Amino acid sequence: MSNEIILEAVNLSKVFGGLVAVDDVSIKIQKQTMHAIIGPNGAGKTTLFNLLSGVMPPTNGSVIYKGNDITRVSPQKRAHLGIGRSYQITNIFPNLTVLENIRLAAQAMGKDNFKLFQLADNFHQYINKSEEVIDMIGLSGRELFMARDLPHGEKRKLELGIMLACDPELLLFDEPTAGMSSEQVPELIKIINKVVHQKDRTAILVEHRMDMVMSISDVVTVMNQGRILAEGSPHEIATNKQVQSAYLGDLYGELT
Amino acid sequence: MAEKMIKPRSGLKGFIKKEAIFLIFIAIMIAFPFVLNIITGTGLNAGITKFWQGQLITFFIMAVFAMSYDLLIGYGGILSFGHAASFGGGAYAVALLLKHWAPNILSNYRITIGNLDITEATVLLVVFLVVILVSVLIGLLFSATSIRLKGAYFAMLTLALGSAIHILSKATDFHKWTGADEGLHGVPLPVWLNPTQNRLTVYFIALGFLLLCYLVMNRMVNSPTGRVIVANRENEERMRMIGYNPVIYRTIAFLSASIFAGLAGALYAIWNMSATPTMTSTVTTINALIMTILGGMGTLVGPIIGAGIMQIIGQFFYTWFGARWPLVFGVLFVLIVMFLPYGIIGTWRLRKSSIKNNIQKFFRLFSKEK
Repeated sequence: MSNEIILEAVNLSKVFGGLVAVDDVSIKIQKQTMHAIIGPNGAGKTTLFNLLSGVMPPTNGSVIYKGNDITRVSPQKRAHLGIGRSYQITNIFPNLTVLENIRLAAQAMGKDNFKLFQLADNFHQYINKSEEVIDMIGLSGRELFMARDLPHGEKRKLELGIMLACDPELLLFDEPTAGMSSEQVPELIKIINKVVHQKDRTAILVEHRMDMVMSISDVVTVMNQGRILAEGSPHEIATNKQVQSAYLGDLYGELT
Repeated sequence: MAEKMIKPRSGLKGFIKKEAIFLIFIAIMIAFPFVLNIITGTGLNAGITKFWQGQLITFFIMAVFAMSYDLLIGYGGILSFGHAASFGGGAYAVALLLKHWAPNILSNYRITIGNLDITEATVLLVVFLVVILVSVLIGLLFSATSIRLKGAYFAMLTLALGSAIHILSKATDFHKWTGADEGLHGVPLPVWLNPTQNRLTVYFIALGFLLLCYLVMNRMVNSPTGRVIVANRENEERMRMIGYNPVIYRTIAFLSASIFAGLAGALYAIWNMSATPTMTSTVTTINALIMTILGGMGTLVGPIIGAGIMQIIGQFFYTWFGARWPLVFGVLFVLIVMFLPYGIIGTWRLRKSSIKNNIQKFFRLFSKEK
């Protein structure tokens, strides 16, 4: 763990009509950490994520990535800067094969996107890269399945695979375990742990599952009603009285 | 393992195996006029042989137009109701240039290399370059609208743009050049390219055009760029998030589809020796849409089959049912859409194994009885 800051949000706000979804949030993400953002439903976690990944522009404030202001940079350019994002709602290419889903992401980072008259399957570097990713996420043998035919748990893995194939430095996980049964979760956590630590990547994780956040993250930020309530190590958060009363108290009281 | 499965069959052998059905189709089409001539004995440039060549020429050209529409709607997921603008644009470009510009050049200038007179060839080359230029401009016009608009709004705007171009093509203000409502007729053509005098030449040009366009488009949809265009159809937001700019790829889809449609329109104008406002109208787009849906969207072969059904079956229906044939065809279309929702080729590809199984089961039923 180093002290270098990879991503910083400065006084970030997002207003939808009269609703302040994200209210003056400042957050610093240290390089090579697993940074979790937790909070009850409607706390503004996903909106914050959309601001960080560039899906929507903030009403106020700025996003700094590696010292550069990227507030107005489009999501596709952010992907090339090394920011990858997975979605809470499964967001894949449904009518393409698993391999093609991942191959497209691998191809995006190369320089062959504008070759109109060559066969895509002849670019072996992307296919090999995809095979590597498919192995890592544990979907070997499913390469030629249509993405829409996969069971939900495997769709979640594919979701990660698409992000990984871009080889991002900073990974934004938006509830990677959403909708998965509790038996499937440990495997996914293992995969996330592996991919984050394998290449000294940085990860931001939005999660609902308290147990998961506590076991794998280095820093935890708690959000409530669009604001940051507390930030600290998992242990600090678990023992924080303010957090307990605002959020953990009702749902996860047994944790303390 | 998987790497072996997905390894593309390279080389000529793999190509022949993969495109077997298409190559057989081309071979049949090459033999067709000669075989029909032997059967009927009317001569190659007369009677029923000539008539069916004409039907097939229309089929080949419409097949290319339908394929270009498939590129847009089936692969790119872009539902444009103004695709006929490119088709008609190409047709009008050819007709206008050949009628108002080429005669002037041909009677006043001679371009030669040594003893070879290439004036005619140069003029035709320039005409086709202009066709491509016009198609590119129309493609850019349509793709510019797709930058901000999505879904139904986008479809409506393409409909409006297409109608605008249709109205332009029949505007009385340009009667002197375009012939307004009646269109441009009697486009002068060199003898070798004249469909009434040398129909077989036009037949093989159209067939060659279909073959070439199919090969090029087939290559394009399987290219790295083509795959990204398909990804744009599937999920635009995700595509953005992995680093592709959707606007660029939609523009590429529009431009390539427009160029193919423009070339098809140009050939159609040569084949009919005319350009009429019908070629730019929404009816033409809807025809291409019907062909594409009949054969199967996103298959390329499908639109060819769809165009064949429309043209050939349409001709038979006309002789059987007279002017009411579209009514019967409409019923057939509804039945096909109901029972083959992904089109003929699309449904076949999707249910290949189960269809084969059912056929085998069916035959086993008979063998048991024996």
